[in-house]
Amino acid sequence: MAPILDIKNLYKSYGATEILKDINVAIEPGDFLVLVGPSGCGKSTLLNCIAGLEPISGGSIDIGGQDMTDVSPKDRNIAMVFQSYALYPTMTVAKNITFGMKVRGVDQATQAAKLAEVSAQLQIEPLLNRRPGQLSGGQRQRVAMGRALVRDPKLFLFDEPLSNLDAKLRVEMRTEIKKLHQNLGASMVYVTHDQIEAMTLATKIVVMKDGIIQQIGTPSEIYNHPENLFVADFMGSPAMNLIPARTQKKDGGTQIEIASATGKPLLLTDTTHRNLPDDVIIGLRPEDIAEAGYRSGQNVQTAHCMIDVVEPAGADTFVVSHLGGKEVTARLHAETTACAGQPLEFAFDLGKVSYFEPNTGERLN
Amino acid sequence: MTDQAFPTAPRRSRNVPLSKIALRWGLYLILCVFALYYLMPLFVMLTTSLKSIEEIRSGSLVALPRDITFDAWATAWSGACTGIQCEGLRPYFWNSVLIAVPAVILSTGIGALNGYVVAQWRFRGANLFFSLMLFGCFIPFQVVLLPMARVLGLMGIAGTIPGLIFVHVIYGIGFTTLFFRNYYVSIPSELVKAAKVDGAGFFRILWSIFLPLSLPIIVVTVIWQFTQIWNDFLFGVSFSQAGTQPVTVALNNIVNSTTGIKEYNVDMAAAIIAALPTLLVYVVAGKYFIRGLTAGSVKG
Ligand SMILES: Nc1ncnc2c1ncn2[C@@H]1O[C@H](COP(=O)(O)OP(=O)(O)OP(=O)(O)O)[C@@H](O)[C@H]1O
Ligand SMILES: [Mg+2]
Repeated sequence: MAPILDIKNLYKSYGATEILKDINVAIEPGDFLVLVGPSGCGKSTLLNCIAGLEPISGGSIDIGGQDMTDVSPKDRNIAMVFQSYALYPTMTVAKNITFGMKVRGVDQATQAAKLAEVSAQLQIEPLLNRRPGQLSGGQRQRVAMGRALVRDPKLFLFDEPLSNLDAKLRVEMRTEIKKLHQNLGASMVYVTHDQIEAMTLATKIVVMKDGIIQQIGTPSEIYNHPENLFVADFMGSPAMNLIPARTQKKDGGTQIEIASATGKPLLLTDTTHRNLPDDVIIGLRPEDIAEAGYRSGQNVQTAHCMIDVVEPAGADTFVVSHLGGKEVTARLHAETTACAGQPLEFAFDLGKVSYFEPNTGERLN
Repeated sequence: MTDQAFPTAPRRSRNVPLSKIALRWGLYLILCVFALYYLMPLFVMLTTSLKSIEEIRSGSLVALPRDITFDAWATAWSGACTGIQCEGLRPYFWNSVLIAVPAVILSTGIGALNGYVVAQWRFRGANLFFSLMLFGCFIPFQVVLLPMARVLGLMGIAGTIPGLIFVHVIYGIGFTTLFFRNYYVSIPSELVKAAKVDGAGFFRILWSIFLPLSLPIIVVTVIWQFTQIWNDFLFGVSFSQAGTQPVTVALNNIVNSTTGIKEYNVDMAAAIIAALPTLLVYVVAGKYFIRGLTAGSVKG
């Protein structure tokens, strides 16, 4: 099938500053693309370019197989939720939601039906006659969602639509969006800072930094096979442990040597044969470090480490120790007897390990 | 909020040192003196206009009228002589209305459109365009007199009321654009973007989103323009002819052309009549004027 959105070699600059550099993304109909990246990396700018609200400096944007580079926003058949909500201040909530339909000449009955449907979905029926100024941040955000949902566009663009909701409402809305996506089969581009939102909603994640795409992949690819140190560090909470280490070949496997606070280096053996440089950075997710005896597998290695901090978090307990000059977090089961200042035997699941080149930050395995 | 945060703090109004009270009252006194000073001419005008000419000649300038008479007002309105005609201010007052009302509406409308374009549809050269507009505000009237006379002649509207409307609209656009532009730059540009995605075009966005937000600045602009146009004398005297003169020109003629005894009461009444509409506009809309001047700086 032809991609619903196809961005090729997109460049965007404001004056002399290049904001987006050589962006190439394509999404299939029904894809849920989530854009993540640090603040100021150009996510909103990219959405604006897709919507046609900012002229692009180079490259092309196709929507539904048509070149949209010079097409005005209203003819792109998109709906957008803005980061700042952008509700029309003098119109009531109902008028805000139906404005787009009114402009496009949709008949009154359809408008009313759509409004009723969407306001029920977003739980904003009691607010329909208020002005945006009389709403809380979360309520405004839902109205902004409503304004997009009443339309039936080829592509939805969401710029952090849930960032101002409380935890419960956010989970509810997340489920709503997921349902919406599954029921409508709508294609979406979605910006978020929330890791869980990204992992649960996306069929495809794009990680950006300074206007450059770092990696495109499924949530599992991004999480388990980060292409570079930036992606490894950015995705996941708590972040992946990135520990400087030395490697050498041994018995058809790889021996990993990590400096430890006690002076005696920690030795682990990865049974997989690999071609690695001497100096690497190894990446292990907190959940890939368990208490010895709670994790088994052919590539699991145990070693003793001193524990610095114990942080119970309900379902899990996080334990921080010091390896290779870095703080290393392990996610242990809730009933662990680990206590600060004492050594504990850890199980390192080296089947999940990532190796990175220390200078370029690129993935090695 | 602060009151609740420090419940034990002493109330402001109690235990205020004597010197502070003295200062406060001294300030009030000075303000009152100035207020009186500014109100004095109005007082004299009002009382004089209500006196008969004999009483003016015999009595003191600041004395209250003994017998109140509205004869001077009636004469000023419909009988005073402006040169050879003696129809009072009435026809000229209507001329002024016919000039000011369309000119205010047109210049405000064009200003809103310009301000909207300059603030929200930034095109190449928008800044230069706006600077030139601003420059237009500071060109002295005298400089444009001759070129304007020529243009009006070429357009065939010299000496007519449409001609005067045209002059005032052109001269007002710089100011009205400035007002609306400064008001509209504080409106987040996402509003325009959202409306564009919703499918609205240039005029639809202006009409449905910007104008409903604009009441405060419309009031400011209307007051400003109305005052300017109503009080204008130079354009009125330069670009009018017998029959199309505005009230300010007529007032001048009444005051200057009286032969024989000087009818101060009629002059005063005429001056008040000529000033009445601008006074009225301030009284009715002054509240919004102050609000409008400070609006825009505060995000809504
Ligand atoms: N109109 C503009 N003119 C110049 N620079 C701009 C403009 N708009 C955005 N930028 C710059 O472009 C960069 C990207 O901005 P953008 O809003 O896309 O970031 P973002 O990834 O959405 O960040 P956040 O997560 O904080 O919303 C920023 O460095 C910003 O300063
Ligand atoms: Mg953003």
